[in-house]
Amino acid sequence: MESLSWAEIITRIFIQFTPVWVLLIATFALSIKFKRRLGLYGKLFDSTIGMIGFALVMFWVYTGICAGLFDMIATHDPLTQVSGMKNKVPGTPLRGAEAGDYPYYLLGGDNLARDVFSRLVKGSWIVVLIAPLATLFAFMTGITLGLPAGYYGKRFDTIISFTANLVLAFPVILLFYLLVTPEIVDSGVPHIMATVLFAFPLVFTAVLLNSRFHTEPAKRNKFMALTLIPMAALYLTVVSEQGTVVALLPDAVDPVSIPGGILVVFVSVVFVNSPTVFRIVRGLTLDIKTRDYVAAAQTRGESAWYIMLWEILPNARGPLIVDFCLRIGYTTILLGTLGFFGLGLPPESPDWGSTINDGRKLLSIYLHPALPPAFALLSLVLGLNLLADGLREESLRD
Amino acid sequence: MGRFILRRSAVMILTALCLTFVVFFLTNLYPNLEKLAKTQGDMRMSEEDVGRWLDRNGYTRSVFIKYGEWLGVVPGFTRQEVNSDGETVTIGRCIEPGQNPAEAATFCGVLQGEWGFSTVFKKDVSEIVGTRLALTGKLMFFVMILMVPAALILGVLAGMREGSRTDRGFSTISILTTATPEYVSGVILIAVFASSAVGLKWFKGTATSAMDDATFNNFFLPVLTIALYGMGYIARMTRASMAEVMTAQYIRTARLKGVSFRNIVLKHALRNALIAPFTVIMLQFPWLLNGVVIVETLFNYKGVGWALVSAAGNNDIELLLGISVVSVFVVLITQLISDIGYVYLNPRISVT
Repeated sequence: MESLSWAEIITRIFIQFTPVWVLLIATFALSIKFKRRLGLYGKLFDSTIGMIGFALVMFWVYTGICAGLFDMIATHDPLTQVSGMKNKVPGTPLRGAEAGDYPYYLLGGDNLARDVFSRLVKGSWIVVLIAPLATLFAFMTGITLGLPAGYYGKRFDTIISFTANLVLAFPVILLFYLLVTPEIVDSGVPHIMATVLFAFPLVFTAVLLNSRFHTEPAKRNKFMALTLIPMAALYLTVVSEQGTVVALLPDAVDPVSIPGGILVVFVSVVFVNSPTVFRIVRGLTLDIKTRDYVAAAQTRGESAWYIMLWEILPNARGPLIVDFCLRIGYTTILLGTLGFFGLGLPPESPDWGSTINDGRKLLSIYLHPALPPAFALLSLVLGLNLLADGLREESLRD
Repeated sequence: MGRFILRRSAVMILTALCLTFVVFFLTNLYPNLEKLAKTQGDMRMSEEDVGRWLDRNGYTRSVFIKYGEWLGVVPGFTRQEVNSDGETVTIGRCIEPGQNPAEAATFCGVLQGEWGFSTVFKKDVSEIVGTRLALTGKLMFFVMILMVPAALILGVLAGMREGSRTDRGFSTISILTTATPEYVSGVILIAVFASSAVGLKWFKGTATSAMDDATFNNFFLPVLTIALYGMGYIARMTRASMAEVMTAQYIRTARLKGVSFRNIVLKHALRNALIAPFTVIMLQFPWLLNGVVIVETLFNYKGVGWALVSAAGNNDIELLLGISVVSVFVVLITQLISDIGYVYLNPRISVT
């Protein structure tokens, strides 16, 4: 078989992404049709920059979901090595292709003869899954600590702020090297940190519900049972791991076992991000707590946590949403950094940082293994930045 | 002002102590020590041998005492021991092999300038850190020369006419550069300018030769890679601050008086608009350190970042500690300078 020309490669890639195009067009059509009823999200579709950003982000989100959950888009298995395909240029026909195999390596083969295109597509799932989740956890931690620090001030604020500054003064890469090396993982430090950091969403939800509904115990108990019992079960199964320091549950009732590497990567990314979120939330709280509606709530005799979570937090949401988008981008960059240094994730993992690292070693001869993940990461982070810009512009408008 | 600097310095020293302790604690966890014992002694050591080796070299004591020793505020340990010839000798942390125990110093830690011995490079840590720091300093110097003026010009030009086409264009460029981490831009730049296959072959893809003799040819790509990532953020901050200043009353007054736009920008707006970017530039240092590690690895430039990666990868505890101390101090001192500079540049802010 002949190798494909560039035009054919682009056409074929375009066809491979069909489910993503369909979903994207559907999302945009629906959102633009109903944009007046969708609040801030709908206003996003008034700004060109915001729409471009949103399209880039959703492109990768849909790619990640389609490839990761439904096994679409990718043409080959990201880990299978096919002999004779090592470092082959884009569009090379697959050697020894059988019926049912996709007959080409669309973006060529890497130095272990794996399909670059499939690895790129599968890698997006890792990024799309970990980055927003880790950012969400960092926000939970930052909010749960930042609200009281800003609201109460005094000694509590001093201690927490000092700790946050400690983490911020740490060079990030040094911290990663300290947390992610196998020796440290053996000693259980990351697992202890996971136990602490993952508890924050639980605490956050409990306090959130209690402060709102404590006057109606029946309702409160119902809500709390509905949310907290599943969360606590999830927390225990995720945190508890046989053979580590945190073996809370016996093996029989511990069905979920997160691969050690991913847990450690997750924890270190949350740990690095939460002090910055803390500082932002604290600053916003200091500003908002002087407003009249807070004074009104205090006069009504509302509890401190009610004021923090139901008066201050909703009014700080604008800057927080914008920062959330930016921070997912930053987390993506951090994940890539970890992959680039070969930390945490298994070496054959198709995530973009690891593939860039693999590809860069032969960069002076073969460009095709390193460039696609580099551009993928670039476009996702760019999309998040543009989305944040669009959101900021639109939320400032009213 | 004096009291402010004093208080900030005290907090800084406390922070440095806490941070070095954390690094010390993490690098001295048992699995690390076990690996150290095996690489220094014998790979096939049994559990007991490892224990004995660690015991003999003073690693099994409390982490606080060890930290004190490393810092140089607790006397280094000494112990009487019978050697293979049957003689009783004194060994200890501060006693070099073959040195008379009576002449050895009581304290030997970082404060006395004893940074320890690197197990990877087989040299004193202070010597390694010194030479590597000089190399990284060179890199950073050129990064600053390229990054700061470029970012400020970009920001000022974008911010002086907010919403214009120039503003849109430059803002897009700054967003693009902030969205491109060093390992992405480095890879792309190498591919375009240095690859022997299809690239333009204008520059060299490695900077190893730049360590002795930096030329435009071998040093431009690493410098550009770090500068690009930092530049976008500074440019956006400059743009925001410039745009804010341009809407101020005194600028309007100047325009109504008929001062030319050029003079307004250069004489009236610029000084006030540059206060915020100054702090940002200083606070960029911790990020730049990140970039330095990535770029030094990518371009094989053997500076501090490269040494950090090899120390961490090879469990070189003392070198890792040495580099952590240096990097933590760089971060803290830039924070201090940024705070002081902010107060100094902006008379509206009082420290009391």
